[in-house]
Amino acid sequence: MEKFTSLTAVAAPLIRANVDTDAIIPSREMKAVSKTGLAEGLFAGWRYTEIGGREPNPDFVLNRPGHAGARILLGGENFGCGSSREHAVWALAEYGFRAVIAPSFSPIFYGNCVRNGIVPVKLPAEAIASLAAAVERNPAGTPLTVDLVRQKVTSPGGPDHDFPIEAEARDMLLEGLDAIDLTLKQRAEIEGFHARDRAARPWIYL
Amino acid sequence: MDHIVDTFPGRGDDTRMPGGRAFITETREAARAAGIHLFDVRDADQGIVHVISPELGIVLPGATVVCPDSHTCTQGAMGAFAWGIGSTEAEHALATGTLRVNRPKTMRVRFEGRLGKGVTAKDLALALIGRHGSVGGNGYAVEFAGSAVRALEVEARLTLCNMATEFSAVTGFIAPDDRTFAYLEGRRFAPKAADWDAAVASWRSLASDEGAMFDRELVLAVNEFTPMVTWGTSPQHSVPVTAAVPALEASGTTREAWERALSYMGLEPGRPLAGLPIDAAFIGSCTNSRISDLRRAAAILEGCKVAPGVKAICVPGSMSVKRQAEAEGLDEVFRRAGFEWRESGCSMCFFAGGESFGRQERVISSTNRNFESRQGPETRTHLASPETVAASAVAGCIADVRELMD
Ligand code: SF4
Repeated sequence: MEKFTSLTAVAAPLIRANVDTDAIIPSREMKAVSKTGLAEGLFAGWRYTEIGGREPNPDFVLNRPGHAGARILLGGENFGCGSSREHAVWALAEYGFRAVIAPSFSPIFYGNCVRNGIVPVKLPAEAIASLAAAVERNPAGTPLTVDLVRQKVTSPGGPDHDFPIEAEARDMLLEGLDAIDLTLKQRAEIEGFHARDRAARPWIYL
Repeated sequence: MDHIVDTFPGRGDDTRMPGGRAFITETREAARAAGIHLFDVRDADQGIVHVISPELGIVLPGATVVCPDSHTCTQGAMGAFAWGIGSTEAEHALATGTLRVNRPKTMRVRFEGRLGKGVTAKDLALALIGRHGSVGGNGYAVEFAGSAVRALEVEARLTLCNMATEFSAVTGFIAPDDRTFAYLEGRRFAPKAADWDAAVASWRSLASDEGAMFDRELVLAVNEFTPMVTWGTSPQHSVPVTAAVPALEASGTTREAWERALSYMGLEPGRPLAGLPIDAAFIGSCTNSRISDLRRAAAILEGCKVAPGVKAICVPGSMSVKRQAEAEGLDEVFRRAGFEWRESGCSMCFFAGGESFGRQERVISSTNRNFESRQGPETRTHLASPETVAASAVAGCIADVRELMD
C-alpha cells in the first residue's frame, strides 16, 4: 500500500448527508470480480446525464473545470453508509482520491479507507462548510493540505483544523502497512487462543 | 451468491447482472479449491446469508461472526457479536483467524411496553432511527433490551438487529434467552447431545449484568407506537403511517437533504402518506423474508387481490422458508392475491440478479434501505413492515394495515 504522509491537492466538495456506497459506485458499474476498472463508474448516477451513459453532467462537481485532478473529497454526515462494498473505496482511490473529509463516516467505510491508503478525516461540519466555501470560490487556487503526521488540514490563508485518528490506523497509513503481516507477527498468541477456545467451546468450531 | 443469483423460477447460473455468471462459477471454483462449504444455487439450504445462518444454527450465542456484508449485524439477535466488514478485512479474517478492531462504545436501547396491533419489530427499528437519526448509533455496539424486546420472537429480533447498520451502529445484539435456545435446538449446525447442554449452560452467562453501565442508554416507550413508513431517501425519514410528509422543521434533517429527498420522491410536505398510490409492492430481504413474516403478510392477503396495475413480488429469504411456506399453502395465498412467488435471494432489495423496478416507480417494500436508486434507477422506495406492504398492495396505495385486521 502506498504510504501517506502529507498531501496538498485540489479538493472537491460534495456536501450531502448519507452519501451511500451505491451512490459512490452503483452496483451496475461493478462489472467484474475485480478491484480495478472502477474509476469510470465513480458517482456514475450523478456524474453522467444518463443512467449507464457517459455524457458528463456539467453540474456535478467532478465535471467542473476547476476541480480537475481533485484528490481530496469534502463530504457530509454519515459518508459511505449503506452496503459494505469495498468497491466504493477502490473506485475513489482509482480516481485519485487520497483523503475524504467528513463530519462522520459509516464504520465499515472508514475501515475500508484505512486499508486502501485513503485518509478518512473527521472534522466538524462547520469547518468543512468553511473549507468548501473557500474551495468553491476558487477551486484551483485553493488547494487543501491533509497532513497526517501533524493531523491537520490546512488551506491557503485559512485556519488550521486538527483531526483525530486512531494510532493504529495512522500508523498503517503512514507506513503503508499491510494489516495481515502486522497480525501474523502474533501468530503464536492467536494459535494459543484458538486451542484454548476450542477446548472450552468445541461447539463454536464447525 | 445471494446478491447475484436470479430469483425467477427455474433459475440456473445465468443472471441478468453483468458478470453474474462468472461470479457464480468463479466463487464455486474458489470455494471448492479452499474447502469452503458453499450454499450453492441449487442447494436445498440456499438463501440470503443472514436468513440461512440462524436458520441452520451456524451463528450461535457467544460466537464472533464477520461477513463482507453490512447487514451481518442481523445475526447479533442470536446473542452473537456479528458485524459487517469490507473485502480486505475478510481477507485478513481468513488469513489470520482474527480481525484488528477497536473496542466499540456501548449503548443500550430499551424498548419498554407492549406492541399494539399491527406494530412489529420493523416499526421499532424505523421508529428508533426516525427519532435518533441514521447516525445515532455511530461508534456503538448496541444492545437491544427491554420488555418489548424480550417479548419478540427470534425472527422478529433478527429484523430489529438487521437495521442496526441503518442506525450506523457497529452492530446490534440481544441477550440470548430460552426463546433463542428453543429456536436453535436441533438445527443442522447447532451443537448436539452433551455439547448442547454445555453450550446452553455457557450461553446463560452471556447476558449483560444487572446494573451494567453503558456509554449511552436510550429508552423508548412503545405502547403508542404505530406501523411506520418512510417518506424520503434515508431510513431516518420515517413517520407513522397515519402521518403526513413532514415540513422542514419536523423532518429532523437539513433543508438541503429535505428538499432533495422530496424532489427525488416526488412528494410535497403535508401530503398524507396513507392513500399515496403505489406502482409496486415487494416482500423480501434479510430484514423481512422469514416464515413468520410471510405468515403475517399472507394473513392480510387471504381472500384479497392486489390492486390493478400494482406489480407485487414475494421472495422468500431461503429455500427452506420457501418450502415451509409451500407446505402451509402460503404460496397459494400469495399467488391467488396476484403476487409473484420467487426462488430465494436478495432480489430487488437492490437489483440482485440484475433485476430492478422502473424509473420513478413508487414501491412499498419490506427491505431496509430507501436510498436513491437502491431498488432501481430513480425508483422511489417506501420502507414498511411486510403486513403494511401486503395491505398497501391490496389497497393500491400506502395503507394502514390495522384497518384490515380484526
Ligand atoms: S437482502 Fe438486501 S440488505 Fe439483505 S443482504 Fe441481500 S442485498 Fe443486502
